[in-house]
This record gives sequence, structure tokens and C-alpha cells, in this order.
Amino acid sequence: MSVNGSQRVDLEVVANLIPPQSRVLDVGSGDGSLLELLQDTKQVDGRGLELSQRGVNECVARGLSVIQGDADKDLEFYPDKGFDFVVLSQTLQATRNPKLVLDELLRIGNRAIVSFPNFGHWRVRLSLFVKGRMPVTQDLPYSWYDTPNIHFCTIRDFVNLCEELGATVEKATALDAAGQKIGLSMPWWFWNFFGQQAVFLLKRN
Amino acid sequence: MAALRAGKTNNEADQPSSPVLRFGADKPLKLDAGTLLSPFQIAYQTYGTLNDARSNAILVCHALTGDQHVANTNPVTGKPGWWEVLIGPGRIIDTNRFFVICSNVIGGCLGSTGPASTNPATGKPYGLDLPVITIRDMVRAQQMLIDHFGIEKLFCVLGGSMGGMQVLEWASSYPERVFSALPIATGARHSSQNIAFHEVGRQAVMADPDWHGGKYFENGKRPEKGLAVARMAAHITYLSEAALHRKFGRNLQDREALTFGFDADFQIESYLRHQGMTFVDRFDANSYLYMTRSMDYFDLAADHGGRLADAFAGTKTRFCLVSFTSDWLFPTEESRSIVHALNAAGASVSFVEIETDRGHDAFLLDEPELFAAINGFIGSAARARGLSA
Repeated sequence: MSVNGSQRVDLEVVANLIPPQSRVLDVGSGDGSLLELLQDTKQVDGRGLELSQRGVNECVARGLSVIQGDADKDLEFYPDKGFDFVVLSQTLQATRNPKLVLDELLRIGNRAIVSFPNFGHWRVRLSLFVKGRMPVTQDLPYSWYDTPNIHFCTIRDFVNLCEELGATVEKATALDAAGQKIGLSMPWWFWNFFGQQAVFLLKRN
Repeated sequence: MAALRAGKTNNEADQPSSPVLRFGADKPLKLDAGTLLSPFQIAYQTYGTLNDARSNAILVCHALTGDQHVANTNPVTGKPGWWEVLIGPGRIIDTNRFFVICSNVIGGCLGSTGPASTNPATGKPYGLDLPVITIRDMVRAQQMLIDHFGIEKLFCVLGGSMGGMQVLEWASSYPERVFSALPIATGARHSSQNIAFHEVGRQAVMADPDWHGGKYFENGKRPEKGLAVARMAAHITYLSEAALHRKFGRNLQDREALTFGFDADFQIESYLRHQGMTFVDRFDANSYLYMTRSMDYFDLAADHGGRLADAFAGTKTRFCLVSFTSDWLFPTEESRSIVHALNAAGASVSFVEIETDRGHDAFLLDEPELFAAINGFIGSAARARGLSA
């Protein structure tokens, strides 16, 4: 279910948010890169949920604990607070009901970590403004007619959704086009304009 | 083939060509039917060596008509073991590394107490005097076998179809004794369609005049025709339409044209007749009744107040489930509902659905994706268990 094929600079950022030996559910675990990274460097008890059967079979063959499933439908089967962290990386925009999915993440995990491509990035804005066409960038490599991404949002939109769901943003990181973190002291509008991707650590009170 | 044809009784049932563990009056087997089975015996095979920590044992559970000869030449048929493609020195389940145990289930006919075994009370085969055996009874007996080896915790329990039901029962009844569980092409219950097919098979056996109410050994005959028909019907459910079509189509058998009679004109007819005939050489008809019944009765959720997740509450066992796209006996949905229950119980679970047109029987065949999944799962479980490669 990992949707965008770029180098996934966000994985390191996500991994850094997770303490060793945590129980982690990676929703949209793709080829298992994050789970493998966490297993190798943090000895986490990791599980994955992945939409593509091919991805799942490869993960299991590599010794990862992954099942085939759909974030929109299958999160309901997980118990409340069953994991220390639930990760949704680069997948939120491909879900049918992002609000419900985010709500489930906050129910299943003590913390939720969500990363997504920022639709408010200046390149995206510029592309639409100048060319008048749906943007195709490194992080959003699909044309409008064949994209699995159906619910884009900007960093600002996402923060609003978190408020609506009663989630507290414990940490947030925006990454620029080079994958560099944008200074924490920068205001939201700056992030929203220059962040190509964002990673949020959330908790529900 | 000698074993069943040799005499009026089934020699393999009482004196199998494999090790046997006998339990006397002091250790009866408590049956779900409410009675005790005593004395009783379990026939088994082992491969490899149990390590000093007794932590490398893998229990393999056989399917409906399987037996303990999982990785050695079958003494009855002379054919290779039923999972020799998977288990052996240097194979995916490497017997240089793991200690593999496979037992004939209670109710079977190759050395564990079953309807073909001699009833000590009468000196004659049990026939239908044997109480109905459940999957849980089989597992209870296996557990006594594992005790005998001094194994506290099995590294892995695996099996397909009815064997998969036993795996689920093991993980549910003895979670602290199962480090990892690999149920393949199975379900947490038998569907009504599956029960229906089994009933057809049982009725075929019981309609055979040579069945004699189950006391056929005493009459020196066996209900071979009925059992062969049961096997033919069941065999169709193990395959898929696509595989049948690919293999046989409407091809004719050893002839140029239809005979306008009821000989085996089509290759598929001839194939099924062959399957039926070879089956009666190696399997006991009453045992077939008992085995099918055990699967029909299996309903793990019902045993836990109707909620399957409760069957696995608090489990620490690592699970990997496997299903096949063309399996219509245990379709993927059956596995998926187990996966959901395991998720709800907070269990560690992997789930692989393998695309194949070979139907239910795919688990017995050389399926590279199946082997890759088993290899990956066993490997990571071995690392977690601290077993060196």
C-alpha cells in the first residue's frame, strides 16, 4: 500500500520516533522496509498490514509478520491500545476515508505516526497555478487519472483534522525537497509552503 | 498395499511399521464424547535429533487420509512420504536442524487406536464401538506423545486441511506449548458445504453391502466400492475446475470415440476410478467415517462462546496462515476470519494467500511461494526462539 515510489526519506524520521522494543503496527507496510529497519535497529515487535498480496508474500518470505488487508476495512479487527505505535506512512492519501482511518489509528495505538506528501508544497501550488494541470512531482509521480491517491491534504488540513479528532500533535517534522528537516522554529505557513513531506507523532488524550 | 489386503484384519492398525507409544489403564485418553479410551496407542515417526534444550521440535499434523509417514517411504503404498518435498535433510524444514514428529491421529488406521484396531474387550476390531473422535481428542493424544518426549514447548506446529485444524486446536488449547503455528488451507470450522460432501462419502461407505454395519472385518470383506466412491467425490473437492480442465479437459481414455456405454470413456473418469481404487488399498472405511466426522464437528468459535478471538485470548504464539486462491474447500475467507480473530486477540500473525489453480491439494505440491512463506516464517521464528541456523 506504500503509494509513492520515492526514496522514502521519511522512514528514518519515523524510525527515530520509536523507542527500542516497542510494539509497532505498520499500516501500509509496502515491501516491509520500515518493519525491517525497526526490527534490525530497534528490536521492535513489529506487525504489518499491506494491501497488495504480492508485497505481503515477499514480506513473510523475509520473515516479517505481515497480513494482507485494507486500512479502510480491516483496522476494526485490532483491539484498543493493542500497540505502542501505529504507523501510517505515505498511505493516508490513498485511503477512502482518511478521517476514519486516523481515528482507528488513534484507537489502536498509544501513539500514531503519520507521514504524508504535503499538497501545500510550493511546487504543487506553482504547477497548478502556472501550468493549470494536476501536479506530478517526485513524491507524487502519478497522473491524475491513474493515481491511487484520492485524498490529498496539506499540512494545515491535516492539523485541522487532528484537532477535530481530539488528537494532540506531540511532534511534527516537515521535510523539504532534499529530504532535509525544516527548522522547528519555523511557523506553520512556512512548513506548509516548503515541506514536501510531513511526519506527525500524535496522541489522543 | 499388502497391509490391508493381507488378512481379515488390518495389521498396520495393531502392529504398525513405525514406533508406537502405548498407554495403559493408568493413562486413559479423555474423549469429548464423554468416555475414556483405554488402553490406547499412538503410532509416530520422528526425523532429526532433539537438541539438549528440547527447543527444536516441530510437530507435523496430517490431513484427513494422511499418516505418520511424512518424510519416509510409506510402508503400505511404497510411495515417498506425503510431505517429502518440504521435510528432510537440507529441505525447507531441515531435519539436520529440527526434530520433526508426525503421529498417526487417534481414529486413524495406521497404528494409532482407531476403528480398525483390536478392541481389547472383545478381541475383535472396534468398528463403530469406538466413540466418535474429535480434533481436540486427536490433539489431546498428541500432547501425551509430546510429554513422552519431554518437550515442554514445541517450536512449531504445522499442517494443512484437517492437519491445520489440529494446529489451531493446539494453539488454542495449549498456547503455552506452541511457540509458532502454521495452519495451511484450513478453517476454524467445517462449513455446511464441507459437511455435505462428507455426508455423501459416508453414505457411499454405509450403502455398500460389504460394510455390514461396520463389522466387515469379521465377514472377511471390506466395503471397497463404497469407500472408492467416497474418495472419488472427495477428490474432486481437493482440485479446482481449472486444474481439472487443464489436465483432462474432455479427453478420451485409450479410445478414438465414445462407446455409448458406461465405461470410463473420459480420462477424468479413469483418473477418479484409479484414485478410488488405490485409496481402498491403504485406508480403512470405518476410519474414513471417523475422520470425516471429526472435521465436521470442529468449530473452534463454538467451543469458546461463539467468539473465535476468545479461542486465542492472550496468546503469545506466532502465527502464519496460508490459503490458496483456487481452494474451494477452505477458501481464503476461512483463513481471513481466523486472521481477524487473531488480530482481535492481539496475536502476532502473518497471512499469505497464494495464487494457484491447483486447488485445496496445493499444500501437498511443490509450490515455490508456499515454500518461501514457510521458509521465511520458520526462519524468523527460529531467530526469535534463539535457535542457531
